[in-house]
Amino acid sequence: MKSSVIIFPGSNCDRDMDVALKKFGFKNQMVWHNDQSIPKSDLIVLPGGFSYGDYLRCGSIASKSKIIKSVIDFANSGGLVLGICNGFQILTETGLLTGILQQNKFLNFICSNVYVKVKDKQNKYFKDLKKDVLELHIAHNEGNYFCSDDELKLLEDNNQIAVTYCGEDGAEDESTNPNGAIKNIAGIFNKNKNVLGMMPHPERMIDKYLSGEDGSLFFKNILDNFK
Amino acid sequence: MEVTEAVAIDHGLKKEEFSKICELLKRTPNLTELAIFSAMWNEHCSYKSSRKHLKKMHTKGKQVIQGPGENAGVIDIGDDDAIVFKIESHNHPSFIEPYQGAATGVGGIMRDVFTMGARPIANLNSIHFGSPQHKKTRNLLRGVVKGIGGYGNCIGVPTIAGQTTFDESYNGNILVNAMTLGLVNKNKIFYSKAAGLDKPVIYVGSKTGRDGIHGASMASATFDDKIEEKKPTVQVGDPFTEKLLLEACLELMADNSIIAIQDMGAAGLTSSSVEMASKGNLGIELNLSEVPCREEKMTPYEIMLSESQERMLIVLEKGKEEHAKKIFDKWNLDFAVIGKTTNSKKIELIFDNKKVAEIPIDLLAENAPIYDRPWKKTKLPQKLKFDKDEFKSLKLSDCLKKILSNSNISDKKWIWDQYDHTVMGDTIQKPGGDAGVVRVHGTNKAVAASVDSSALYCFSHPLTGGKQIVCESYRNLISVGAKPIAITNCLNFGNPEKEKNMGEFVECVEGITEASKYLDFPVVSGNVSFYNETKDKGIKPTPTIGGVGLISDYQQMLTMDFKTEGNLVYVIGKTDGHLDQSIFARELLNEKKGPPPTVNLFNEKNIGETVLDLSKKNLIVSCHDVSLGGILTSVSKMCIKGKKGIKINSLKGLTNKYEYFFGEDQARYIIEIPEASLKKVIEILNKYSVHYDDLGIIDGNSIKYNADINLPIEELSEAHKYWLKKYMDS
Repeated sequence: MKSSVIIFPGSNCDRDMDVALKKFGFKNQMVWHNDQSIPKSDLIVLPGGFSYGDYLRCGSIASKSKIIKSVIDFANSGGLVLGICNGFQILTETGLLTGILQQNKFLNFICSNVYVKVKDKQNKYFKDLKKDVLELHIAHNEGNYFCSDDELKLLEDNNQIAVTYCGEDGAEDESTNPNGAIKNIAGIFNKNKNVLGMMPHPERMIDKYLSGEDGSLFFKNILDNFK
Repeated sequence: MEVTEAVAIDHGLKKEEFSKICELLKRTPNLTELAIFSAMWNEHCSYKSSRKHLKKMHTKGKQVIQGPGENAGVIDIGDDDAIVFKIESHNHPSFIEPYQGAATGVGGIMRDVFTMGARPIANLNSIHFGSPQHKKTRNLLRGVVKGIGGYGNCIGVPTIAGQTTFDESYNGNILVNAMTLGLVNKNKIFYSKAAGLDKPVIYVGSKTGRDGIHGASMASATFDDKIEEKKPTVQVGDPFTEKLLLEACLELMADNSIIAIQDMGAAGLTSSSVEMASKGNLGIELNLSEVPCREEKMTPYEIMLSESQERMLIVLEKGKEEHAKKIFDKWNLDFAVIGKTTNSKKIELIFDNKKVAEIPIDLLAENAPIYDRPWKKTKLPQKLKFDKDEFKSLKLSDCLKKILSNSNISDKKWIWDQYDHTVMGDTIQKPGGDAGVVRVHGTNKAVAASVDSSALYCFSHPLTGGKQIVCESYRNLISVGAKPIAITNCLNFGNPEKEKNMGEFVECVEGITEASKYLDFPVVSGNVSFYNETKDKGIKPTPTIGGVGLISDYQQMLTMDFKTEGNLVYVIGKTDGHLDQSIFARELLNEKKGPPPTVNLFNEKNIGETVLDLSKKNLIVSCHDVSLGGILTSVSKMCIKGKKGIKINSLKGLTNKYEYFFGEDQARYIIEIPEASLKKVIEILNKYSVHYDDLGIIDGNSIKYNADINLPIEELSEAHKYWLKKYMDS
């Protein structure tokens, strides 16, 4: 499976994503934001970081960068686009995903392990995933997902909510919501479920010496579904 | 403006220093020249009060590639890998403007490291605040933590460990010390020594603005009531630009275009250009009209003194200008050829086609004043005689809970949750352990780092205190299974013009030197911060030691959390029960006098090597050093982290339980031993002739000791974990 990771000025999880993708067998290449086009890929990843210093609004300047048109075209033609953390923010700014990411409820940056519940498995990311609850890692200041009531209803009706923050046992409530996100939302899909944006970083959870290993399941599953 | 003695004094120079400048120049300097002298001769840049004593430090070792004197120290960790590291203070600016002060402190130290060609792989920090009751403390802490996080998180370098303390002596002067480690190929290290004539001098990075003018002088003076007026001397950081600068510099460093490189830190363009020329024994000519400026009509004076952040000065190979410019254009950074190296051995500044300054380099560097300041020895205080009957009114379990929730012992999760500690995907020991550990990317090796200071011990007896912190750093590295290699130090002290403060400095340095020599734990970089004093009240002497060690196979790393029920718990090293200067004495007896615990360097080394041997042989499964709060505090932390209880054995003979459990004797570790390894462990302990106590066995969910203690771990955890959060929310 071929993947491309886009590097924006200020991206800082690009290498981590490259390491993770290669570890599980993706043929990955790095693509500079100013390039005209993206090499042939089965998956495009917008990595975490602080693209353009988070100036104006997180993700907003990246959403206007040269490469983004190719990303949007790719997504609209059904290609898999994954945005992690800042990548999620960029995806909402491009309009590929609905809603916005506001500053965390308690106004602090949070770096911590979290549990997320996989809400939908009818998609190429989570289909046949063995677990329902994954332990992942978050590191963000603006991860507080918000959208209008109408948008939320659409997300729910179309099963576009991908993952929600929960406890180890899968229970979702205020105490397991680290950033104030509406309905504990940690990640969502577009309508066709080929575009996934999520705040947690699976690339930081890929071996037992790191914060955990559930990120491995995520990457392996994408590969398995591709076969 | 005419330069007079009064103008010189306004620039922080002393009367005698001004006469010396006129005498050396054989004329009165103009204002720009005076500014350059004031920037180079202040304490911060010239080390005029400290240099004499710093020379005595132990700075050499088998693994030392570069000792003090460069942007950072460098050590060899094998296979052509080297670690570049340094700690630096940003105390004065952080008190005036906590967010920007702390943020630019982190930015500055990271630049020091990548200037040498290394990619930063870990950040640490040691931060010290006034009493929790002081009205400024909460906001200063919040601002500093946000500033450190704001900068490091954005660059994408994990913050892997730190230290936070509270003490009323920092009420008017907080301390913010930031440390960075970087990884470099040992054959591709870059230095600041210029070489060759007529080589282009390049300016890259952000534009120069009017921020930070006189920053270095501000950091070389004490504070008074008017500190608010000094806000404009604090620099404003932009981590995004620094991230671009980091990537652009590393890209340019991939080939051989750079002869010398120096970041513009304290005293900006002045100090960077003078240092490069001075080290190369050359002259330098700068055309200030070519410097990219953010604001209009900046004068040579302002350009030379600006401390705008995220800027670098590079001496390039001739003909490489276009190649270099292309890289900086790619990263959208300013690039300008602003001068050249010369054989004049002078710094010559041109502005609007006129020469505006001309000073022989040696007057600024080697001829800068050096002072042998008078200092006073601190006598070892008399050991206290505690009334042990008084102890009887204290319940052990209450004492323990009180100590665990003490501001200086309690968990600092509220802080490190705000730092990205996992980015770069190699953090294998997070903040909250004895040391932070990151893997050397793509290898089996890992690097451990820890920051430590013990202001109470140093205040009570600086010589012992100086030794003790080096040992503490050594122990923290060993506790994670790392072999200690070298240290960096940040020497935070009061006013060197006062004999007592100067004496504290001299004796702490002596202590550090003695211990680092004995333990073969050399000092490879550091900085001195004097004048941490407000309205005549100085801080307690606070040398901070940043230690770095190597784990050759990261799978052998140790952590402190108890692992398995039924395993045995031993205390390695002898406990005499030294309570003077302990948390127990302060918190429960309100007793602040007495000497710090004695440091026995032979024991430190021998016991440290014993523990390393045990860990190399995979005979122990967890380890933690015994420090503040003594055995019971340390063992509680191991229980809390591992969510397991312990049954502590009855003490032998006439040992006083308070002294045994809370004494802060040095050179001790607690280890967890699987029963199957016990015989071998004891053989090794006997071989090294190390004293050990059979403390107990991992059991259940509470700490139990005779009839005295029966505390569920959850209750202890509650006491330990939430003090800071509650404090910040209140």
